[in-house]
Amino acid sequence: MAEAAIVYPAGAVDYNEAVVKKFVIASIFWAVVAFLVGVYIATELAWPQFNLGLSFLNFGRLRPVHTSAGIFAFGGSALLGTSFYVVQRTCRTRLFGGEALANFVFWGYQFFIVMAALSYVMGYSKSQEYAEPAWHIDIWLTIVWVVYAVIFIGTLMKRQEPHIYVANWFYLAFILTIAVLHIGNNIVLPISVFSAQGYSVAAGVQNAMIQWWYGHNAVGFFLTAGFLGMMYYFIPKAANRPVYSYRLSVVHFWSLIFLYIWAGPHHLHWTALPDWTQTLGMAFSVMLWMPSWGGMINGLMTLSGAWDKLRTDPGLRFSVTAVGFYGMSTFEGPVMSIRDVNALAHYTDWVIGHVHSGTLGWVAFISFGALYYLVPVLWKRNGLYSTRLASWHYWIATLGIVFYITSMWVAGIMQGLMWRAYDQFGFLQYSFAESVVAVHPYYVIRLIGGLMFLTGALIMVYNMIQTVRSSTTELSVAPPFAVAVAGE
Amino acid sequence: MLIRHEFIEKNAFLLLVMTLVTIAIGGIVEVVPLFTIETTVEHVKGVRPYSPLEQRGRDIYVREGCYLCHSQQIRALRDEVERYGHFSLAAESMYDHPFQWGSKRIGPDLARVGGKYSNDWQYAHLRNAQGVVPESLMPHYAFLADTPIDPDDIEARLRTLRVVGVPYTDEQIANAVADLRTQANPGADNAELLKRYPKAVTVPGDGRQVTEMDALVAYLQVLGTMVDFADPANEHLQQ
Repeated sequence: MAEAAIVYPAGAVDYNEAVVKKFVIASIFWAVVAFLVGVYIATELAWPQFNLGLSFLNFGRLRPVHTSAGIFAFGGSALLGTSFYVVQRTCRTRLFGGEALANFVFWGYQFFIVMAALSYVMGYSKSQEYAEPAWHIDIWLTIVWVVYAVIFIGTLMKRQEPHIYVANWFYLAFILTIAVLHIGNNIVLPISVFSAQGYSVAAGVQNAMIQWWYGHNAVGFFLTAGFLGMMYYFIPKAANRPVYSYRLSVVHFWSLIFLYIWAGPHHLHWTALPDWTQTLGMAFSVMLWMPSWGGMINGLMTLSGAWDKLRTDPGLRFSVTAVGFYGMSTFEGPVMSIRDVNALAHYTDWVIGHVHSGTLGWVAFISFGALYYLVPVLWKRNGLYSTRLASWHYWIATLGIVFYITSMWVAGIMQGLMWRAYDQFGFLQYSFAESVVAVHPYYVIRLIGGLMFLTGALIMVYNMIQTVRSSTTELSVAPPFAVAVAGE
Repeated sequence: MLIRHEFIEKNAFLLLVMTLVTIAIGGIVEVVPLFTIETTVEHVKGVRPYSPLEQRGRDIYVREGCYLCHSQQIRALRDEVERYGHFSLAAESMYDHPFQWGSKRIGPDLARVGGKYSNDWQYAHLRNAQGVVPESLMPHYAFLADTPIDPDDIEARLRTLRVVGVPYTDEQIANAVADLRTQANPGADNAELLKRYPKAVTVPGDGRQVTEMDALVAYLQVLGTMVDFADPANEHLQQ
């Protein structure tokens, strides 16, 4: 590339923004895929005829496509892209390893996503939740992830700033811990090198504990620590305010990463897992409430003196609402981890609702906030094509989340109560099938919520395309509002 | 404290090492003792490795993601025990690679579904669940009946499982193909099969080729039936 032709402001570093752009596009693309598949499987649960009798459309095969597309494809692309953006800016240096290595991570990661999705629909799931890909795909992801870690850590090493900024601590913890978890939970012995079939080395109760050590920390480090990194950069940037408390961010970071890793056993309450492990998991899950809310307070209070920006900057509105949802679901989580609450909530749709208040409300919203910020900056535009459309996205998506989580609360608590209800003679009052019939209306409401969330995302896609292409957003044109993107 | 922290955040290598140490502790404390504390898995009579056909069926159960709607873990709660049977023991999934306890009940728990329904019911239900349970949300699995099982790799499967800890004997591995066919052939003499795999349920295959549905039904029919809770040897497990 003719890099010399690009003029940068004095003192600016020649950042690798090409790879960030690719991840931004991938993230938006996979968001739509994830929501679309989610809507489809929600339809299957409301009306099972939509499985169509086709093996590759069956709920059991599509559900991991939905979760992987949401977590690893949409969320992962957003995390990898923003981490590359943030680490360069906050270290004031170009990515370590050059174009080739960064491009390898991008294409290698996309290849992983496509391989994983295809393998599920073709029937190669290894059925460990959120770790479904077969062993050869896991090995490929390990290679890509190691290169990603090398780039990130290499960039930290050659930084031009004396301090490592707090966002990078979280991104670093995310990268390291995901590597440890991914390898630890996917130790599988294949029946031959030419077969996708393999058997996990651990079995039964030990396998269960390792799986939820992995599974809950996929939540803790992929969906939380990584996105907290995003929060610690994009909220101060969009609000044009420093992080509220440095001391709080130090306490937040170390206590969060220390406590989270213990929380896994709350997925196994009242099971054959020994009581001591369950109790540890519960105790640490409740403690986890504190660092989670410490982080929330740090994010929200950063807005002090800049709350008015919420009226004019829809990207920031997404980010701040995300932190609100983060606070809500990190309160709900500890409550559900208490054994007696869990006795009711486990195995029900309450868990599905809880997960979606985290993934839609926190993960997707903080990502939308970062995307609305990044697209005009990366494509050198004067701002978004339409803040009005972004507002529409915000309100439709928020309402969609409310439909989703409230319907799942009702459905879940109703299931839990029906399963344990006794009649006057001391017999179980309801058959299982009766609980299936009872939740049908709420499955339809959930579907409507999902459709609204998808609609919002499609509005975002249109807005983003127009932001890049429209003549009204060229840098030479004055932006309609005084919310011009803060330049470097 | 914060002055010292400045030292960490100026040193990428130190930050990396301290992060790794911090995240390692919880996992080590919770996982390692489960392998070393002897009482983690109960000593009970009856739990045996899956027969070749059952294991093959289990692989299909795993492949299709059945765990996404069906748990295999009856919790130690009164209503669950009344609905599904004795709460699940750790020993009952000690040969499950991977475990399939699940985390969601869109359908009922299957930990003790073995023997609860007839073979015919299971075949009909897998083909078209709504035909037997109108309220069901389950997809149709008729295609399993059209997919023959290639018995050639069953030995490799059992051998691999032996490496990861399932105590298959040489005899069991040597007879894997024969046992797989016998269990799907009601006309065959199954005395040897039952000696090697007590309580194995013979499914009504057509005797010529074994299908994936035969295997899955054989697996479902053994679930939760291995431990005899009436056996005095298992008295300490009585509720």
